[in-house]
Amino acid sequence: MHQERIVRVNDFALKLANVNGTGSASANGLLMQAIFRMGIPVSGKNLFPSNIQGLPTWYEVRVNKSGHTSRALEYDLIIAMNAETYARDVKEVRSGGYLLHDSSWPLDASLARADITFLGVPLAAMCNEIFKSSRERTLMKNIAYLGALVALLDVDMEILDHMLEEKFSRKKPLLESNHRALRAGFDYAKSELECPLPFHLEKMHATDDRVLIDGNTALALGCVYAGATVAAWYPITPATSVMDAFKGFCEEFRKDPETGKNNYCILQAEDELSAIGMVIGANWNGARSFTSTAGPGISLMSELIGLAYYAEIPAVIIDVQRTGPSTGMPTRTQQADILSCAYASHGDTKHILLFPSSPEECFYFAVDAFDLAERFQTPVLLLSDLDIGMNDWVISRLKWDDRYRPNRGRVLTAAELEAMPKFHRYSPENSDQVAARTLPGVHAKGAFFTRGSGHNKLGVYTEIPDEYQEVMDRLARKHKAAASAVPAPIIRNQPDASFGIISLGGCDAAVREAVDALAERGIIADYMRVRGFPFDDRVEAFLAAHERIFVVEQNRDAQLRTLLTMETSVKKEKLRPILVYGGFPLSSRHVIDGVTSQLGHLEG
Amino acid sequence: MPSIKKPAVLHPHLRPNEIGLTVRDYEGSMSTLCAGCGHDSITAAIVKAFYELATPPHMIAKLSGIGCSSKTPTYFVGGAHGFNSAHGRMPSIVSGANAANKSLQYIGISGDGDSLSIGLGQLAHVIRRNVNMLYVIENNGVYGLTKGQFSASADVGSKSKKGDANQYSPIDPVMLALNLGATFVARSFSGDKAQLVPLLKAGLSHRGFAIIDVISPCVTFNDHEGSTKSYLYTRKHLMQVVQSDFVPHAEEITADYDAGSATSVTLHDGSVVRFTKVAADYDPRDAKKVSAYLQEHQGKGEVPTGLLYLDEDRADMHEMNKTPDAPLTQIPYEKLCPGSAALNKLLEEYR
Repeated sequence: MHQERIVRVNDFALKLANVNGTGSASANGLLMQAIFRMGIPVSGKNLFPSNIQGLPTWYEVRVNKSGHTSRALEYDLIIAMNAETYARDVKEVRSGGYLLHDSSWPLDASLARADITFLGVPLAAMCNEIFKSSRERTLMKNIAYLGALVALLDVDMEILDHMLEEKFSRKKPLLESNHRALRAGFDYAKSELECPLPFHLEKMHATDDRVLIDGNTALALGCVYAGATVAAWYPITPATSVMDAFKGFCEEFRKDPETGKNNYCILQAEDELSAIGMVIGANWNGARSFTSTAGPGISLMSELIGLAYYAEIPAVIIDVQRTGPSTGMPTRTQQADILSCAYASHGDTKHILLFPSSPEECFYFAVDAFDLAERFQTPVLLLSDLDIGMNDWVISRLKWDDRYRPNRGRVLTAAELEAMPKFHRYSPENSDQVAARTLPGVHAKGAFFTRGSGHNKLGVYTEIPDEYQEVMDRLARKHKAAASAVPAPIIRNQPDASFGIISLGGCDAAVREAVDALAERGIIADYMRVRGFPFDDRVEAFLAAHERIFVVEQNRDAQLRTLLTMETSVKKEKLRPILVYGGFPLSSRHVIDGVTSQLGHLEG
Repeated sequence: MPSIKKPAVLHPHLRPNEIGLTVRDYEGSMSTLCAGCGHDSITAAIVKAFYELATPPHMIAKLSGIGCSSKTPTYFVGGAHGFNSAHGRMPSIVSGANAANKSLQYIGISGDGDSLSIGLGQLAHVIRRNVNMLYVIENNGVYGLTKGQFSASADVGSKSKKGDANQYSPIDPVMLALNLGATFVARSFSGDKAQLVPLLKAGLSHRGFAIIDVISPCVTFNDHEGSTKSYLYTRKHLMQVVQSDFVPHAEEITADYDAGSATSVTLHDGSVVRFTKVAADYDPRDAKKVSAYLQEHQGKGEVPTGLLYLDEDRADMHEMNKTPDAPLTQIPYEKLCPGSAALNKLLEEYR
């Protein structure tokens, strides 16, 4: 057995292999949260099946003192709790690493590896001895391995104890069981194994002013702070928790203390066709309204997204992307709805897109989405993904400026209408190419007919080519005008960079880490993360400034690259795709390998 | 929709309603539907109903989907807010609009194609949500805009203009609405304005979802021998099972009917629906009996009309969602945003 000599502090990766539905998520979450509370940058990626129970599920924890927390592809320690995947899990331990297994049963000799250390803990046997009910015996095995990890990794037991108190303060018997299981695992590891391991944890202060939150929760919070009052949706993984969280926050913050009435209305629609219809109806009437969905929902919503585009009705559509096409793999992540969202619907349509890279941006971009939708009177699609949406991320504390007031765009008041000789919808336009709108019921002079059928710049039905084209041309100009209003790209230029990298959304953490790692090898890259569509001049400038650019994204068909080639003047050949689309989050290794192999190829 | 402006000549004897508007103020553009289209008669009845209710035009939201029927909102109450949406999607748009602003009077105009095929799901669910609106189906059994295909309301054996017989069983919006728990269900005939106008007024005043299925013959594609949605067939088989009057809240209610022959139901807004000449075995507030009655008579090829079912007590969408009395759109942002202090406190839970 090989033992690493060098002790690594706060820099390692674990993988926990479990069986879906056995209660492991709770134990794994506790581990991640405890590390976070020790002040150490950490990430947890839940790689779970689309299944209620029985199938393999994994949870990866990466600890990195420098703050690089994208997915790791190599594991220092694997906790193998699923017999079905045992062979695969053993193989994934890096040479010199460790594997923790349940030694209640003898280990299959054929799975042995000489270059790793097997750590046996009799989890089932211990739990069978401590607990009577079979349910508890199953559940508490997870807490028992957590106890062993506390000893092996030097997790602060005091922090963990405190967390259990918080979690089970109202369920004393459960608290007691958890404590017993935790202690049993801990004591066994301490007495029988070498603790701590040569990689382990030490308290630091890198997360003191940070929070641990998932993107869907942050998005929902953003919708509350933006002042959204009507939400309509149809359940779909991985977007469901957006609405669950929105409902929770509304119950907390939006109940009128005097009347007990709800200052919001959440409608669970019969399908996505209806959900987007409700959003359009509510926005037409002047409420800030949104829906949350995933790719298959976008497909169904596309018809009415086109109506909102042409009739110029604001709408906020949150797409928590998952693997596709068709129903795909509902619990796996991708960025494969970029094109379908950019041009959603029939005919000539183009939409504003926002690409948050973390829960932090989910919160702020949710607010931006409502402002942009109302300012430009058009649908705005916010493209998150499962990795951002359903995994917990360590982010800076969210900040709120109490001076914020919603940008409602050009909405005429009763007084303004009263003073007007006559109101015409869709004319005249301002510098954003947006015309003033009216809200139903505000003033008699504001009434007009909203129609998806051909209309001229006065809102009147038309089939005259010139009149129709005039409106369509303005819509195109309006879309262009939004380029300077969407969040600007984040560009990191370095002296002596020989090429550029472009990426978006949840790829960011992995790409930033890769750029740093490449620089250490003397391969210097500039990096631009696009955060919105339409693309602005800075995107054009970055494209023009580099002879060779890698575009990193999580889909098969290089959709961001396609959008860049269609919507900017860049030559297609300049953009070289690096694509990862198997359904698991991106790792810096993917980017490093993609860049180095292509550079070698290009230069060789 | 294509539209032609009506000449603005006012008859000197036009009587203003209580908000000072004449019936002309409730008209819209000239109809571009075929001369004699049943839909135009319904439009005229809607104009009369709104005029008599004296609704401020800009407080009316008139919405529709796609089809001949969905063109008609252009032809009434020009001063109302119109929304001509997509095929079969009007119910969801009304639901969202209503959620945002409950203070408007919502009328949705649809057809048998729009409501019973592509929009059947949305119709079913707007009923379940009990959205406060009047939903009018202009039912002619045929697709007029695409020149004569059978719709889902065409009766078995009913003949198309080309002579083909329909083989598929019809979807009856009245039975559907009853079974799904609609709280106001009526049927009428576009050629019976005397019946239709009070029904429209009652439907508009009803708190919750009111549906009126109006047989509205298509003179171009479905008014021939062999059609069961023609003028001739409908007139022959029409059967007024419930005669109902509508008395608005403001008017005095006089009881000049014999006891036993009239039932009065007070609606949420204080107006009253008075059922008279109700068939002896008919109780318009007992859904099971109504359903059995309709099945029996429709089985004989009859077309029972009138306000067939009414439940004025069930909670509507807003009550079910406990929304405030004022429209959500009127709640100031300051009340909606929890602010930075609440955010800071909340974030402690994410440590």
